[in-house]
Amino acid sequence: MEQQEILAKVQDIFRDVLDNDSIVLTPQTTADDVEEWDSLSHIQLIVGIEKAFKIKFTSKEILSWNNVGEMIDCIAKK
Amino acid sequence: MLSFKELKSNLKKDNSKFPVKKVALLSDVATQFLAVALKGMGYERNYGIDLFEAEFNQVERQVMDPTSDLYQFAPDYTVVFQSTHKLLEKYSLMPPEAQATLADERLDFVQLMCQSVSGRVVYYNYPEIEDTVFGSYANKVASSFTYQLRKLNFELMNLAQKIPNLFICDIAGLQNKFGRDYMFDSNIYVSTEMVLSLDALPYVASRTLDVIGAIEGKFKKCLILDLDNTTWGGIVGDDGWENIQVGHGLGIGKAFSEFQQWVKKLKHRGIIIAVCSKNDEDKAREPFEKNPEMVLKIDDIAVFVANWNNKADNIRHIQSILNIGFDSMVFLDDNPFERNLVRENLPDVTVPELPEDPGEYLEYIYSLNLFETASYSTADADRTLQYQVESKRASLMQSFTNEADFLKSLGMVSEVKGFDSFNTVRVAQLSQRSNQFNLRTVRYTQADIESLGQDEEYATFSFTLADKFGDNGLICVIILKKLDTETLFVDTWFMSCRVLKRGMEDFTLHTIVEYARENGYKRIIGEYLPTAKNQMVEEHYPKLGFKKIEGAASQQFELIVGDHQGKEFYITKHTH
Repeated sequence: MEQQEILAKVQDIFRDVLDNDSIVLTPQTTADDVEEWDSLSHIQLIVGIEKAFKIKFTSKEILSWNNVGEMIDCIAKK
Repeated sequence: MLSFKELKSNLKKDNSKFPVKKVALLSDVATQFLAVALKGMGYERNYGIDLFEAEFNQVERQVMDPTSDLYQFAPDYTVVFQSTHKLLEKYSLMPPEAQATLADERLDFVQLMCQSVSGRVVYYNYPEIEDTVFGSYANKVASSFTYQLRKLNFELMNLAQKIPNLFICDIAGLQNKFGRDYMFDSNIYVSTEMVLSLDALPYVASRTLDVIGAIEGKFKKCLILDLDNTTWGGIVGDDGWENIQVGHGLGIGKAFSEFQQWVKKLKHRGIIIAVCSKNDEDKAREPFEKNPEMVLKIDDIAVFVANWNNKADNIRHIQSILNIGFDSMVFLDDNPFERNLVRENLPDVTVPELPEDPGEYLEYIYSLNLFETASYSTADADRTLQYQVESKRASLMQSFTNEADFLKSLGMVSEVKGFDSFNTVRVAQLSQRSNQFNLRTVRYTQADIESLGQDEEYATFSFTLADKFGDNGLICVIILKKLDTETLFVDTWFMSCRVLKRGMEDFTLHTIVEYARENGYKRIIGEYLPTAKNQMVEEHYPKLGFKKIEGAASQQFELIVGDHQGKEFYITKHTH
């Protein structure tokens, strides 16, 4: 899957889980840029992404991303 | 089941019209998600959950310290989640010679907690983690974690039987149903110290609210069954009573047999079983009467309705005979059209989906936990008979033109006594069940009832009612509070709707007035606290001759003992 495609799908998941349709993600987006994205909703996002892409992240991966781009790289590698 | 996300979005909704329950949540793991799930599920069950979340890993401190936030909060319910994870850690750090005491040590703590905490304790039991240190041989080693864990779960059941305010929430059962890999998500645990997966949380919250709801008096009393392809396989009208699919051997018949066995167990537990089927009545009855493979017999069915009317009307008819709320009824039907029709017309009736394959009915139904309860006594088991007797009584009544003659002909006898060790279970149970004929709807536990029975500030009465058709058992309870030497306040007056229109209210009042006269009381004050369900008794006190107290903050009524002239009744008092 192309990075752009993954980004679009991840954005949908963010909008759904965080209940905010105005969220726009770029590879540079960090948790500081999205109001509802805190350590708890992060877990909901992870579980949502795992289900949607039918993948499983390792614990280490979850704690390693600095922005959405790194998250998408990780999904692309799976 | 709703998703965690749906539960979370419930937190934004207005729950201000729901009754508030104060719930404290104590855990040795992080509980932010569980707290969200409990509050969200509370909304689904029409409760406003006022949640006190103790700080992480403070179970012991909150319980042991009498000045802790927990005691300040004074919860109605203390939900305690001590995780298997932390228990395993504790076990692993113990010196090997002490490991065999793990279960006993935890049980001592639970017991101490139940003595210290006010209100009810809802305690999560322990989903198993098999550490495989001994492999299957762990079963032969008393100090193994597996042995200690199973002992703990087993002994918690014994403890719950001894301690009335301890209720076990069986999340170990949930793990048996869904599997450990479903319950636990290592990613969540590693990054948040929470041990329940997002998928498991709604089920855990649901089971917790099941327990709380049952204690609050919300539980199911009646199961209404469709027949063709629900209770047996095939169409009796087409196939004939001898050819329906039921019974053991190869094929789908065994699924229906096992379904019927489940229904029979519910009936023995005291759930009323009714039939609502689109069939000719004689054909619908034939399998019950003639097919030897049928587990359910005609005597198991309290109300049997088979005709071609629409099912919503038929369920209304069943409701009118049983005189219980629609919200205490469950309707099972394989036909999606009938399910939707009933859901639309009677939204309070619980109408679960059913899987297409009858082989999956039971496992699906198990996942719903439809029949949670907060009490059980053997008297429950007689209920079907009582409802069958009630329909006989109804037909006798039609043969009398005069109500008094009918009542006289019943030969009614009531045993009146205070609360004692024989009746506390039933009194507490009725206190939780009675919704309609209940003046103040104060719910008492068995422990409350025991202490009220001893308390000099109160006078307590329980009433049974028997007649020539049978014994209804304990059906009415009065708790009087002695406000001063001249005044009695009716703290509690509730009665089973089974015995309406028998003059029981007049007899009960007569008993109260007699007690007041003998003990020098001059006034009796009654109060009506309206709920969604007790409109039936709005005019209860005026009908009995009480005068409304003008200017009182609530609906209070007064009876001057000296002025009271009771109505005639046809119940004989039986005392030991």
